[in-house]
Amino acid sequence: MSIDLKTVKHISKLSRISLDEQKAKKLETDLNSIFKWIEQLNELKTENIEPLSSIAETKLRLRKDEIKSKNIREEILKNSPDDNKDFFVVPKVVE
Amino acid sequence: MSNITDLSLSELVSNIKNKKLSSHDITSEYVERSKKSKNLNTYIEETFEAALKKAKEFDSKPDLNKKLPGIPIAIKDLFCTKNVKTTASSKILNNFIPTYESTVTQNLWNDGAILLGKLNCDEFAMGSSNETSYFGNVISPIDKDLVPGGSSGGSASALAAKLTPATIGTDTGGSIRQPASFTGTVGLKPTYGSCSRYGIVAFASSLDQAGPMTRNVNDAALLLEVMSSFDNKDSTSVDFKRPMYSKDLSKDIKGKKIGIPKEYRVDGMSEEIEKLWEDGKNYLKDCGAEIIDVSLPHTKFALPTYYIVAPAEASSNLARYDGVKYGFRTEGNNLIDMYEKTRSAGFGDEVKRRIMIGTYVLSSGYYDAYYLKAQKVRRLIKNDFNNIFQKVDAILTPSTPSSAFKIGDKSNDPVSMYLNDIFTVPVNLAGLPGISIPAGLDKKGYPLGLQIIGKSFDEQNILNIAYSMEDKINFKFNLKEWWMND
Repeated sequence: MSIDLKTVKHISKLSRISLDEQKAKKLETDLNSIFKWIEQLNELKTENIEPLSSIAETKLRLRKDEIKSKNIREEILKNSPDDNKDFFVVPKVVE
Repeated sequence: MSNITDLSLSELVSNIKNKKLSSHDITSEYVERSKKSKNLNTYIEETFEAALKKAKEFDSKPDLNKKLPGIPIAIKDLFCTKNVKTTASSKILNNFIPTYESTVTQNLWNDGAILLGKLNCDEFAMGSSNETSYFGNVISPIDKDLVPGGSSGGSASALAAKLTPATIGTDTGGSIRQPASFTGTVGLKPTYGSCSRYGIVAFASSLDQAGPMTRNVNDAALLLEVMSSFDNKDSTSVDFKRPMYSKDLSKDIKGKKIGIPKEYRVDGMSEEIEKLWEDGKNYLKDCGAEIIDVSLPHTKFALPTYYIVAPAEASSNLARYDGVKYGFRTEGNNLIDMYEKTRSAGFGDEVKRRIMIGTYVLSSGYYDAYYLKAQKVRRLIKNDFNNIFQKVDAILTPSTPSSAFKIGDKSNDPVSMYLNDIFTVPVNLAGLPGISIPAGLDKKGYPLGLQIIGKSFDEQNILNIAYSMEDKINFKFNLKEWWMND
């Protein structure tokens, strides 16, 4: 299966990464060579195999639902590119 | 006494405990040497003044019960350090100053260590050569044209050049063991769940582990002992009784069964690597271990599996870099436009490539064909290891298919770059511990490493095997200090 330029642009949209035409073409080449190599997985029959999503395979621990960090608003906003002291600021979303 | 910077981590600790050296003696030597070694491009952020101040503070009230009393250490810039810039070698984080500390680094400071600075690496730890860093590639002290390996390339280079007595890295597919192998140093990737991932910039959460990089096996045992802890802040941290790895280190490996997996004898493997591996087997036999031929039939599928699983997890983890909460932002006409421009300008090419791969394999219509398939093959790879660990105590393999390559040699061919991790990646997929130790030199005089893979949480065993082999190998590398400025 090959990945065409249209698909590359669609993935770039899903990834929220803008691409110019040249970069998109380069990625089309790269992704095709990578996926051609990945296709070898199809040699394996895996119908009855349970997928492995995590090595830990343990149940997640439960804990009490309690607040441990208090008054950290300033810390949280400290690295924001734009804030108004209380909130993160983003371009207008709703007209 | 020889030069302070020639001493191993364990030797420095004893010298401090015997009051033959002060923390300031040691720290100032490393600061001076690091300042003269800027040509290697190892440091992204230097905290030399703060380190010297902390060393003085330590000396005025030395606590000699600590395991790393007043020892300066430079670390990979993937660990969040409170109030010290942490970039993951990415433009998108180049102004990020964490307000919290990673658990692993906190463990180091709690045991007396002092931060020397933050070391260069591949961007978001995605790379095998340190060429993907926003801050430029790291130079290997082995040779100016060589890559130090990656992603913990700055760590390997700084360690080999003696700019830090030991260091810590992270390993998602070989990022500790491959650079250790390339630079003639020791690198250990612990079992998944041994070292907390809290505060480490996430790449692929089901594979990432932090681990020690050191000049010898004893130092690796000591550093692992400090790094490893159960942590409630990491949901996959495992609560087990952690051994005193350095105290329990032993050269008695008599009767241990060591597996040699035939699938690791890959096509086109050089005679040098064959010989290195053969020598390794002989050293183990000399130590009284038994060599057993074994099979890991799904080995060749490990890399393609990894290049689905790791990018999938990365695309999800890196969704957080949106120019809103932290890091770099490019303004846009609207919110979406801002996201797209920020991420386009903030990420480098390899990171974008992996986000794109990950997004594709998780996208509607392709999830089953790629992501689910890879998770199933991951199970088969893990089962391979489970099966042979019924018969053997550990596995011996080469660490890498070749010695360090030249800067620029593989940067235009992603697949050939990925193939470098062929011997290290299966270990991450199965969550096992693996250690690379320097084992010889190739014809060009570049270091080569051997890898010992163990059962889950059996770090003590692979450390003991490595410790025994280290003695027999007696690796020597005559480093010419060509990079130093006066």
